[in-house]
Amino acid sequence: MKGTAQEKIPFFRDPDKLAVFYQALTALGVALLAYYLIGNTLANLERQNIATGFDFLGREASFEIGESLIAYSAANTYGRALVVGILNTLVVSFVGIVLTVILGTLLGIARLSGNWLLARLSAFYIEVFQDIPILLQLFFWYAFFYELLPGPRQALQPFAGVFLCNRGLIFAVPEAHPAFAYAGIALLLACLATVILKKWAARRQEASGRYFPVLQTGVALILGLPALTWFVAGAPTAMVTPVLSGFNFKGGVSISPEFTALLLGLVLYTSAFVAEVVRAGIQSVGKGQREAAMSIGLRPSKVLNLVILPQALRVIVPPLTSQMLNLTKNSSLAVAIGYPDFVSVAGTTINQTGQAIEGVALIMAVYLFFSLATSALMNWYNKKIAIVER
Amino acid sequence: MARVQRMVPAVVTALCLTAGVAVAGTLDDVKGKGFVQAGVNGELFGFGKPDEKGVWKGLDVDTARAVAAAIFGDAEKVKFTPLTAKTRFTALQSGEVDVLTRNATQTLGRDTELGLDFVQVNYYDGQGFLVPNKLGVKSAKELDGASVCVLPGTTTEQNLADYFRQNKMTMKPVVIESNAELAKAFFAGRCDCLTSDASQLAGIRAVAPNPTDYAILPEIISKEPLAPAVRHGDNQWKDIVNYAVLAMIEAEELGITSKNVDEMTASADPRIQRFLGVTPGNGKALGLDEKWAYNIVKQVGNYSEVFERNVGAATPLMLKRGLNALWTSGGLMYSPPFK
Repeated sequence: MKGTAQEKIPFFRDPDKLAVFYQALTALGVALLAYYLIGNTLANLERQNIATGFDFLGREASFEIGESLIAYSAANTYGRALVVGILNTLVVSFVGIVLTVILGTLLGIARLSGNWLLARLSAFYIEVFQDIPILLQLFFWYAFFYELLPGPRQALQPFAGVFLCNRGLIFAVPEAHPAFAYAGIALLLACLATVILKKWAARRQEASGRYFPVLQTGVALILGLPALTWFVAGAPTAMVTPVLSGFNFKGGVSISPEFTALLLGLVLYTSAFVAEVVRAGIQSVGKGQREAAMSIGLRPSKVLNLVILPQALRVIVPPLTSQMLNLTKNSSLAVAIGYPDFVSVAGTTINQTGQAIEGVALIMAVYLFFSLATSALMNWYNKKIAIVER
Repeated sequence: MARVQRMVPAVVTALCLTAGVAVAGTLDDVKGKGFVQAGVNGELFGFGKPDEKGVWKGLDVDTARAVAAAIFGDAEKVKFTPLTAKTRFTALQSGEVDVLTRNATQTLGRDTELGLDFVQVNYYDGQGFLVPNKLGVKSAKELDGASVCVLPGTTTEQNLADYFRQNKMTMKPVVIESNAELAKAFFAGRCDCLTSDASQLAGIRAVAPNPTDYAILPEIISKEPLAPAVRHGDNQWKDIVNYAVLAMIEAEELGITSKNVDEMTASADPRIQRFLGVTPGNGKALGLDEKWAYNIVKQVGNYSEVFERNVGAATPLMLKRGLNALWTSGGLMYSPPFK
């Protein structure tokens, strides 16, 4: 081509250059707006003599937190208190997501079941739990626990070493012993071995057509290897049993009613939505696919695993991701029923330090991070399961 | 609850965007819009809560009414914004409310870092513990290992942690945002004790299924001077709110009540003449009508009337005057001379 002809186009008529120009202009506008807002806020705060900055993170928090995964006391810093809150949010979100996906999938499949009673029960569940606001459900479950369960002195004891009262579910745990560390390593090794085994079995099946029972072998490995290690390392059976002393149980592990109520509320509510997502995904796969699979003699479980699910997952995964994000975000309702999640801890921090803008910015940053991380993970999974178009 | 979650971002946004939150000139703003916007509790019986007919009642509510009476000569020219412990200071800082009369404890940190100014204390309180009698606890020192129900976002959480640390005891807080939900969990036995300001404990006990089953422990573990607050930097507005509170105290000391205030205008006592504006001067000094104090006493009452009406012996709270008696009766309520 003749370069001279191109050079004659003035930049304001060149769509490529104009696009760059407009984008730069927009970016500049956003930057100016941000500069104005931040400057204005700082000036306002300064004028009203309100302290700014994140120095408060290093100061002593001087408030207690009801439950914590890491060692924490009132003598620790605000920074550590916030980490405790983040971990509490993570635990309830993670456990909640796992349970929600399992329960939601079962409900979604049940909704399509040929069994009239099962399908109607599932439909009823979905309608009821979808339609009641989550906050009301949380209040209900929390009140259910503290109204129904007795005080610690009258605690129920369904099994030896397990106590159920309005302080929570308290149960005995094995006393610390090196055998458990070895068993943990054995568990990791067993998982790794199973993954390798699965790849080897798939290659062998493609090459020779011979089938290897990966599932059974894997389960045997994952359960058996740690158990064997524990046995070889001396089979310690000493337990730390909870004992009622004073107002509460000492020793053992306890799961609080706040945590349980929050988890239950989130799981029951969100799984109703997940069930609908799963149903939609399964129904999106053409009837002919199932019939074709059955006509070549596949067993029903193989039909589901090899034909229906790979196609349904394409439809299921994106809305499922948004339900996971919903669950994580709804966990911030914890403060209503006394579970010390991140928002609850950050709220106390804001009130004690008076630094609302920094506190709210932290809350937004943490939830944004959770959401982006979940999205990234699910997008990766979505790409992995996407059907390769040939 | 939902209110709180909406409120924090809204207030923060307001703080980011408003170019000129009125630091000076609150009085002009208030006069311009024709009413005082007061931040109150909304859930606390005896201090700030609407009754069953929707009429706001309480010691803090009446304090806000006194400010309105001083400015407009009409105690009803006030609108109330119910605020939670978490949102109250931000609401004041951002200009959502003109004055905060919401049982807020004056502390050094709040007076400085939060950009607030506290005025005359309208209730001297202290933090205590409410326990069920069947627990068999007679002193807060026996509470080692207890689960404690506590409201978030107050000095209460900090005092609680401090007290247990001082006494080398442990505890598990159960932090629930709303007063009503917290009380429900406590009455159902979720916690061994509930901690809050003693005046609030009386209010919570009053709504218990069976109030006689609960006792307030003798230990008062903190000083809680509850005072109205205004934004830092508007001295005229601060003076008005301050002297509105003091006028109620001074009226009690001078023996002026809402019943006898009209006769008192004929009093020969120069202190009473100055106080009621018969001898002018005080109103002009504050930038108010000379009858401002007269209007407060006539429409709201003196401190004793306000106290007895809202929290006194004849109310379900049955609080004694204690520290809140006049200095002449051994209390802390003391007003500088009105001249």
